[in-house]
Amino acid sequence: MRKSFIAQNPSVLTFLLCLAAFTLGVSLLAEGFGVGLISTSFVKTLGKTLCLCLVAIAMDLIWGYCGILSLGHFAFFGLGGYMVGMWLMYARTEIIVERSLAQGVIPPTPQEVVDGIGSQIFGVVGSSEFPVIWMFSDSLTLQLLLVLLVPGLLALVFGWLAFRSRVTGVYLSILTQAMTLALALYLFQNDSGLRGNNGLSGLQNLPGVTAPQSAISLWFFWASALALALGYLLSAWVISGKFGSVIRGIRDNEARVRFLGYPVESFKLMLFTLTAMIAAIAGALYYPQAGIINPAEIAPIASIYLAVWVAIGGRGRLYGAVLGAAFVSLVSTWFTGGQAPDINLGFYTLQWVDWWQVILGLSFVLVTLFAPKGIGGLFDLLKRGDKA
Amino acid sequence: MTHSLRIAYRQSRALIACGLLALSLLCLGQPLAAQELGPLQQVLQQDADLIVKSSRTSIGPVIDRIVASGLPVVPAFLSAWQDKNIWQREADGLFFIATEGEGRSYALTDLDSGSEVGTAQKDALSQLKPNSGVRGLIATALVQFQLSDPIRANREAALTAIERRPAQELLAPLRASIASEPDAVLMARKLRLERLLTIGYGADPAERVAAITQMSTDLGVDVRAALNPLVSTSLKVATDLPVDVNVARRLVPGTDIDRLQAYDMLVAADLAPARRSSSDMKSLLAEHVEGGTVGGVALARLSNPEARIIAYAALVQEGKVPALVSDEDIDAALGAHVFFETYAEPSPEVTDAARAALQSIATRVDLNQALDLGLDAISLASIYFLAAIGLAITFGLMGVINMAHGEFIMMGAYTGYVVQQVIPNHTLSILVAIPLAFAVTFAAGVAMERLVIRHLYNRPLETLLATFGISIALQQLAKNIFGTQARPLTAPAWLDGALVMNDVVAISYIRIAIFVLALIFLGFFLFLMKRTRLGLETRAVTQNPRMAAAMGINPGRVNMLTFGLGSGIAGIAGVAIGLYAKVTSELGADYIVQSFMTVVVGGVGNIWGALLGATMIGTLQKGIEWLNPSNTLAAQTYMIIFIIIFIQFRPRGIIALKGRAAGD
Repeated sequence: MRKSFIAQNPSVLTFLLCLAAFTLGVSLLAEGFGVGLISTSFVKTLGKTLCLCLVAIAMDLIWGYCGILSLGHFAFFGLGGYMVGMWLMYARTEIIVERSLAQGVIPPTPQEVVDGIGSQIFGVVGSSEFPVIWMFSDSLTLQLLLVLLVPGLLALVFGWLAFRSRVTGVYLSILTQAMTLALALYLFQNDSGLRGNNGLSGLQNLPGVTAPQSAISLWFFWASALALALGYLLSAWVISGKFGSVIRGIRDNEARVRFLGYPVESFKLMLFTLTAMIAAIAGALYYPQAGIINPAEIAPIASIYLAVWVAIGGRGRLYGAVLGAAFVSLVSTWFTGGQAPDINLGFYTLQWVDWWQVILGLSFVLVTLFAPKGIGGLFDLLKRGDKA
Repeated sequence: MTHSLRIAYRQSRALIACGLLALSLLCLGQPLAAQELGPLQQVLQQDADLIVKSSRTSIGPVIDRIVASGLPVVPAFLSAWQDKNIWQREADGLFFIATEGEGRSYALTDLDSGSEVGTAQKDALSQLKPNSGVRGLIATALVQFQLSDPIRANREAALTAIERRPAQELLAPLRASIASEPDAVLMARKLRLERLLTIGYGADPAERVAAITQMSTDLGVDVRAALNPLVSTSLKVATDLPVDVNVARRLVPGTDIDRLQAYDMLVAADLAPARRSSSDMKSLLAEHVEGGTVGGVALARLSNPEARIIAYAALVQEGKVPALVSDEDIDAALGAHVFFETYAEPSPEVTDAARAALQSIATRVDLNQALDLGLDAISLASIYFLAAIGLAITFGLMGVINMAHGEFIMMGAYTGYVVQQVIPNHTLSILVAIPLAFAVTFAAGVAMERLVIRHLYNRPLETLLATFGISIALQQLAKNIFGTQARPLTAPAWLDGALVMNDVVAISYIRIAIFVLALIFLGFFLFLMKRTRLGLETRAVTQNPRMAAAMGINPGRVNMLTFGLGSGIAGIAGVAIGLYAKVTSELGADYIVQSFMTVVVGGVGNIWGALLGATMIGTLQKGIEWLNPSNTLAAQTYMIIFIIIFIQFRPRGIIALKGRAAGD
């Protein structure tokens, strides 16, 4: 009999314990609980970081375990954000419009309310009609379903096309990058129905909720932590079973797995779609904390950064992806946020805002060359140290 | 304060002038008219008031009278007037050409004799300052004199003036000047202009139709500008179709014109009562709220549109609000009137001919636009080809995914910019920049190959990531050094302008230069690969590195040189791209995806594939832009989707390697 998947991955329990301790610690110290050592904006940053860890896990599944370097997973992440953003924006505008129309003597008809919302949301792109893609935006349930369905369907169709014609390796990377670019360019248009380059904004306000941001930020922080925990468990389960063995086999020698009779394309397609959905959930939790989403978020470079995080953290191990995403994104925030002190070299003042990208790029080259296992590789060294 | 003072001063001055005039009249005891005035001066004095207070609306007849006098000095006077050189002597109201002399004194020149007749202080003169509208009319009047001017430049200026503001009265002088035109070029221009003026202002329809037919094969924008006003229509409504106007067509409400729009026209023409929009209805309802109900309907129920109609109907019954216009009312009103479009031009022969001519011109314009589009596509393809040719070497031949390729293009462009800062001569600086850009990026490429890529030859996905790291580092470095704003890379003056074939087809010399450059590179690449030792060794290493090594080729050295070569070509492409696009740190990133697409679509490992790929992508993008000209973003989106689908059918590109060389 097979061991349970948790027994196979002892890191799962450690990870869950660490995550629980971290969540508890942040919650107790946060403004929302009155201690106030951690500001609301920093709680949001931490919550967003947890979402980035989740999408990094998805990336690790598809790249670290199956060898498909997808440069499109941040597009799925963004799509998830757009789907939930549509409901947030619609519901919030609805409240505002209803309140302003209620000022009049005659109560408004439903049509007048919808027209008012339409001109509020789309006035910025010179329109007031609701595009077809907004047809479910008044229903939270349906829109949450779309968070899974739209990116999932896109991944399914794209993956089916790509895997069926046996596009592999770097070609697949370039193709996914092209898909991401196409999506971003499409969303940049004003008539895309998603407000062009203005994107969706005001997402940090939960419609109908009067609680202060300090409380809302904690709720989202908890939701992100829960999603990360569930995502980690799901991923650990996926990679530990027979499915996991097959996809690792595909990574190591695709042709051999095919000759053994496994439908390689179906396995890849399933994993691609599953990870796209995980990415979309991460995005749906991320953007309400960020408050705004626009097409620039989806640009191909974001997906490449995702790959960078996973590579720095260490591919092929789930906690590596989490470590990489958390470490690089937090350090990036610190350096580019202007908090890091400038270094005065006498003849030139080194400003971190300007030089952080250079250092990141070069450190990335160094990691690829000299530490292909990333930060996660350090744990191997520790283990070896124990045995010796 | 100062203003009112000035007015007071002027008034007092005028009083003194009047007094002096009266005094002189008294003293001399003879009427002013008896003075010896020149013929032009006499003509001017008749309209002196209108001339001094000239306005666009009133000056026309005055100018006509001046011109009609037929005096030889009229053109000189008109151009002096236009140039604000005519001054009026306040003492006697006579006009002179005044030129500024010593101090505040002006030398006065008589209009008729052209001889100097004395000087006057500035205080005693007032300048005629025709506004731009009046000057335009003067210019039009001047044109007929300039058309036969002995100086060629003046005649040319006159033709330009006519082209800019064609007018009926210019037709006759233009025709008169054609026979005496000595210059062949101007002669042709005059003949063409005569035809165009005839279209608009010819005396009888037959003459105009002839001119229209004659010009119906001409692609010039001016021909269309002359024809378009003839076919422009205005939408009108009447109870019966009038007989005295040139009707273009009748419109049936509901099919040719929206019913409600037609009804609104009736309302605007006071032929029907106004419709009530739902917001009008809402505000009228709000005005008649009585104790929580409107027309007997509770306020809370009025969120239902049907309840609103019931409430409004009740109000109508009480006579408090005007009745709603029902659909039947609208239909009845529409049925009782005719809607039609009329031409401003009264003659139907002329409008028919103009329509036919415009149609035949439109067909030709379409054909020429297709040609223009083809040229655009070729030039875009050459840009993609230039950007991709270096990749065709590093990615196509060596299989190295170099995400920093775009940054090599950027480095080349910045090299060009820096060279231009040192060498101000644009031609020379470009000639220096091209080899220098090659040297810089060649060195960068070699360094990158030695330090990074060499260690990753069997890990292509990691090459992608490592080169991406280099790419973001280089981009940020460029930002730190050159700032975020775009830097100019100016093309030499001889590349300015465009090769104009007609008013539709034109291609800028810079694009031709880029096309030529792309051809040169293609030739260079073919020569290098097929005719040189390096090419032979490169091909050998590409096909089988171990076997090549066994034959005494050093694969490391060949790889290094090949990669350097691909990078160097990217640098030169950067100079070319920088010439027509702004140089920014993102210049390369803008081309990187398209470049990879070009190589993948064309077929990896084959230069002809890259050429075909670039042609296909360039043509596609221009073609889609032509279908939806307002939206280049959409064009790129659809193009990428098309490419993703295309790869379904030819996964290995247009030109796929066959057999063992294809590998797997």
